[in-house]
Amino acid sequence: MHEHDVIVVGAGGAGLRAAVAAHEEGADVAMVTKLHPVRSHTGAAEGGINAALREGDSWESHAYDTMKGSDFLGDAPAIETLCKTSPDEVIQLEHWGMPFSREEDGRVSQRPFGGLSFPRTTYAGAETGHHLLHTMYEQVVKRGITVYDEWYVSRLAVTDHENPEDRTCHGVVAIDIQTGRVEGFKARQGVIIATGGPGQAFDHTTNAVSCTGDGPAMAYRAGVPLEDMEFIQFHPTTLPSTGVLISEGVRGEGGILYNANGERLMFEYGYANNAGELASRDVVSRAELTEVNEGRGIEDEYVHLDMRHLGEERIIDRLENILHLAEDFEGVDGLTQPMPVKPGQHYAMGGIETDENGQTCISGLYAAGECACVSVHGANRLGGNALPELIVYGARAGRHAAGTDLGEPQIQTGYSAKSEDGHIDSPVPLGAVDAPEGDVAADGAAVDVDTVLSKAVEAENTRIERLMTKDEGVQHAEIRHKLQKAMTRNVNVFRTEDGLKQALRDIREAREAYEDVYVADPSRTFNTDLIHTIETQNLIDIAETITAGALARTEFRGAHWRAEHQVRKDEEWIKHTLMAWNDGKPELYYKPVILEGEEKTYEPKERSY
Amino acid sequence: MSTQVPETESEPEQEQELEQSSKPEHQQRRLAEKRERQAEREAEAKADAAADEETIHLKVFRYDPEVEGKKEPRFDDFHVPFKQGMTVLDALMQARDLFDSSLTFRHSCRQAICGSDAMFVNGRQRLCCKTQISELSEPVRVEPLPHQEVVKDLVVDMEHFYDQMEAVEPYFQTNDLPEGEEQRQTRENREKVKMSTRCIWCGACMSSCNIAAGDNEYLGPAALNKAYRFAMDEREGEDMKQHRLQIIEQEHGVWRCQTQFSCTNVCPKDIPLTEHIQELKREAVKNNLKFW
Repeated sequence: MHEHDVIVVGAGGAGLRAAVAAHEEGADVAMVTKLHPVRSHTGAAEGGINAALREGDSWESHAYDTMKGSDFLGDAPAIETLCKTSPDEVIQLEHWGMPFSREEDGRVSQRPFGGLSFPRTTYAGAETGHHLLHTMYEQVVKRGITVYDEWYVSRLAVTDHENPEDRTCHGVVAIDIQTGRVEGFKARQGVIIATGGPGQAFDHTTNAVSCTGDGPAMAYRAGVPLEDMEFIQFHPTTLPSTGVLISEGVRGEGGILYNANGERLMFEYGYANNAGELASRDVVSRAELTEVNEGRGIEDEYVHLDMRHLGEERIIDRLENILHLAEDFEGVDGLTQPMPVKPGQHYAMGGIETDENGQTCISGLYAAGECACVSVHGANRLGGNALPELIVYGARAGRHAAGTDLGEPQIQTGYSAKSEDGHIDSPVPLGAVDAPEGDVAADGAAVDVDTVLSKAVEAENTRIERLMTKDEGVQHAEIRHKLQKAMTRNVNVFRTEDGLKQALRDIREAREAYEDVYVADPSRTFNTDLIHTIETQNLIDIAETITAGALARTEFRGAHWRAEHQVRKDEEWIKHTLMAWNDGKPELYYKPVILEGEEKTYEPKERSY
Repeated sequence: MSTQVPETESEPEQEQELEQSSKPEHQQRRLAEKRERQAEREAEAKADAAADEETIHLKVFRYDPEVEGKKEPRFDDFHVPFKQGMTVLDALMQARDLFDSSLTFRHSCRQAICGSDAMFVNGRQRLCCKTQISELSEPVRVEPLPHQEVVKDLVVDMEHFYDQMEAVEPYFQTNDLPEGEEQRQTRENREKVKMSTRCIWCGACMSSCNIAAGDNEYLGPAALNKAYRFAMDEREGEDMKQHRLQIIEQEHGVWRCQTQFSCTNVCPKDIPLTEHIQELKREAVKNNLKFW
């Protein structure tokens, strides 16, 4: 068994920042990650980091833009903390050597971004995430922080008190991917989950193959509610065959969207008569899919994004990276051909419910980054706000887990924050097939730390043994592909009641099929078959929370569009959706959104740009 | 998703061996059943393949130290239906998901930024995710990166590569930081280090380098490029630059490079690695440091 003060699960932007912060507070920190840190998906971020650094800008203005962008579903204390802290964090990154783009005077460059009232997005070319990831990993190396790379955390070691708020997390169980060995990792002070997004629940996503929602699924089954899972951001310009992102910069420079008839669809069909291609992401995504659904898509699947008229010089000067992406991933030369694009899953606004210190309702368990929901993005995330969330809340979680007093949080978590019960009109039972035997916390009401750990290791060994020795059944890839297709078909940009119900039936089917899953590869050495099989179970649980939350929310807010409910209903729906795993069955409830900030209260207004 | 057919030339024999091994009974039964299912799928796949206009023939390196039939390295054949835009990674994933779930390789972002799927494809180090199948001649031969120990199938041990990266102190170091604001850096200086900061640690360069293959202690192109990235960054200051030059001019440092350009040729991010190493040599000479 390994033992450290703080265990960070996942080594992308949030995990690395958390580890450095905890280390600076004097904790003995270890990172446990299923990839090597520099392989993490933070590296794929392109845009930039929003921070009110300059004269004429202010954190208050950044906070207002963020609240408005969230369609008034963000929590003011979370948003204000983000906006106040991100300038210091960006300067910290620069002091760690991050190669930001520079102005003539040598200062860090900033540029305009969607939904921002000031050009406050700092960036490093169109590879900001890559540089942020590497810069922070360098700091981890410098400090000699222990990294267990290619160790897959598959279970949390949590006490089995009846009320999740009485539970404590004492560590994690992980599989050494190289050898197949299962080991316990004891955390004396805290476990920080920083495992990234769940994009692989969809079959067309900008997310890496490793983005399987492991952290949220584990926390959920251990008793932490997942918050606002129905809010999924779809990006309008991704390459059809891979989901690789074509930056909004192409439209920013004047790129045009055409349908199969060669019509400039944004104007021709009145989707956005003023902003055209530069309307917000949700509007453009809906426009493209409408064209495809009405038979004006190309190959019934996509539309064209054309930048040829910009001229070779300008394209190479400002969009060089896009030429490489179109060439390498679609076999298309953007200088001489229009690029095929369609909407793709991009970002999860929801996640593990935390307060401003990154803490969940389970003592000793923290979460930060895309896997978490401290609710800075509400119903829709602004471009450039994901990276500041990683560093601001990664650092806070790290410090708090290491024992630093960050003050009393204003955001309440757990069942005690519940304001009302929810109801899902589900056509099938939700949750574990054989509930309540679900995959819950350590059994035996164990409170002795070592017993909690050893029981968790035992439970994990039993599960793996079962998967490995089962002689026949269904393979994970089959279940995963069906699940991904079901989500893309019915829990996509457009959502109807019938579609969401069908998705719940499909998810149930996946859950039932999973009862029969087996691992065909008999080897313990680097068994990716086993890892992907465990991930697939996580994806099923996450897909269900997304879909159930979406079915329950009968309004149109941010990225959440419902055919039968075409208006935002502020009276009824300014509240957070919570899904809690209760004896193997998801329980839905709500808690209030906090619109009251430090100095002012944010009044919901119609969202137009 | 449709089809593909793992060729049967080698497999039945291999599995025969496996069956005769000392594996427990349930495993043998499992393998027999697995073969049946595979035969069914093959039949379906062949029917589909007949309807498909084009398939891609992959020859994939296989090895697993733990599994009887795979202890002796071999190549397996797969026939994957071709689609416009298909990459080598797409083909490998199809082969794995439809035919043989034990086929093992690293991959994650599928967009040339995580650096995990560098392999030896048709005799050259490449990132599988950014290599279009249509650019290659058939059969497409996929092997693990040369000069690194194979863990299983296409997965190699990267520890030595990571150790070499860490040996050059790959982190920013300066004591001269302004309070509450960023350090200044000229645009020219950022441009100078820009290409060097694009390294994704895929290991292709190291694997292609003859010198690294013969001298295990040689820092190698990736680590030297990392040293360049910091040595040339004006924000670190002159003293630190001297310190960095001392690291790279050690016995197994820059002077081992024989300017063969193989690293530069295979770098998937187009980093001029050889030039960077040459520039470090020039700096070392200017500083009157040691030759080996």
